[in-house]
Amino acid sequence: MSTYMDEDPRIHGIKNRIRVVPDFPKPGIMFQDITTLLLDHKAFKDTIDLFVERYKGRNISVVAGIEARGFIFGPPIALAIGAKFVPLRKPKKLPGEVISEKYDLEYGSDCLQMHVGAVEPADQALIVDDLVATGGTLCAAINLIERVGAQVVECACVIELPDLKGREKLSGKPLYVLMESH
Amino acid sequence: MNSFQQLAKFRSYLFQTMEGNRKSCIPLSRRLAGEVSSPDFGWNLNERMISSRVSHSTAVHRSGNFPISPNNRLERAASVRPQHMETGDASDPRITRIASSIRVIPDFPKPGILFQDITTLLLDIKAFRDTIDLFVERYKEKGISVVAGVEARGFIFGPPIALAIGAKFIPMRKPHKLPGPVISEEYSLEYGTDVMEMHVGAVEPGEKVLVIDDLIATGGTLCAAIKLLERVGAVVVECACVIELPELKGRDRLGDKPLFVLVSPA
Repeated sequence: MSTYMDEDPRIHGIKNRIRVVPDFPKPGIMFQDITTLLLDHKAFKDTIDLFVERYKGRNISVVAGIEARGFIFGPPIALAIGAKFVPLRKPKKLPGEVISEKYDLEYGSDCLQMHVGAVEPADQALIVDDLVATGGTLCAAINLIERVGAQVVECACVIELPDLKGREKLSGKPLYVLMESH
Repeated sequence: MNSFQQLAKFRSYLFQTMEGNRKSCIPLSRRLAGEVSSPDFGWNLNERMISSRVSHSTAVHRSGNFPISPNNRLERAASVRPQHMETGDASDPRITRIASSIRVIPDFPKPGILFQDITTLLLDIKAFRDTIDLFVERYKEKGISVVAGVEARGFIFGPPIALAIGAKFIPMRKPHKLPGPVISEEYSLEYGTDVMEMHVGAVEPGEKVLVIDDLIATGGTLCAAIKLLERVGAVVVECACVIELPELKGRDRLGDKPLFVLVSPA
């Protein structure tokens, strides 16, 4: 079931700050660029506030952010709700012991890694990324967290591309987004 | 779980994850608690132990294991550091906790390198919050309108600082990640070169900028970031990192740009 907020007056200001760049990274793709959102302090702050208001007081003990743009939104949320922050990274970036989850791309596959011991079975996790498209990356993130016995409470993104049906790939986990783009 | 229990559990995790390493690394907290009297690698809180172990292969930072020791670092600061080198106040209890939350991983990404892993700091809610607070206390109300964070660990520390001081955040990225028009700066690595990119129009001439990364080693990355910003007419006020590896003399590569760090290995 789609969950997003368009009643909140702050959403309009956030939407206006997302820049669409055509034909990136390849022809035919309309890239949703959140860097312009980060240039507007109020809009960026509102973005974080909207997530914090939703997740504060819900006993979320870990915010997992997906490399690299999930690193921009995840930590401010984690700090505000009193959760630890766990980076989920491309292969060979995290030092020490990791667990890996493979996932499909349009052509080929990629891999997401998490530190062993960062998330524990008692943890309640929020997964954050800037955007959900096909849902492949979020699905890999969910799998990593569940494999260590923790529970994914929700996935949160700034933007959803609903036409790519990523929402259906999340193993029944709820998805919350601030805006959709068609 | 109260905060004491959380801290004990976290420290247990920290030690367990390090115990499996070939050279064990004793957390500073346990040294201070007197739990370890004669560590395997024979370091002394009052000595720069690195001088007895560095192989002087300049490109690679080789050493026996050592935890972060802010007290030792500050003792040496007056005699060997340039005057505009600044570090966090080692007597601030927040610094001690931050230092002890950083995990050192030997032989990553390759043999001989001691990797300073800040992910364990991010698991300690108080230490992460204190890290941000220490930077925010220093930079708020200084007219800084931009925080530039270097991919990818600069993306973790930069945005919370930017949000707290009312600045915009700009990501400085590896090639082909930023969409739209960018400017690029090539910089040297130990072997070969890399490229850093910034969006055209993100920063305007005259804006005051703070550059953030988790760690400064040789200073090559920070130097590239400074160059990009100066090319568009911005004013880099300072570079800030959680950790410095002073033996790699990154500070010298920043020219006249000041550097502020919180902690440094002994």
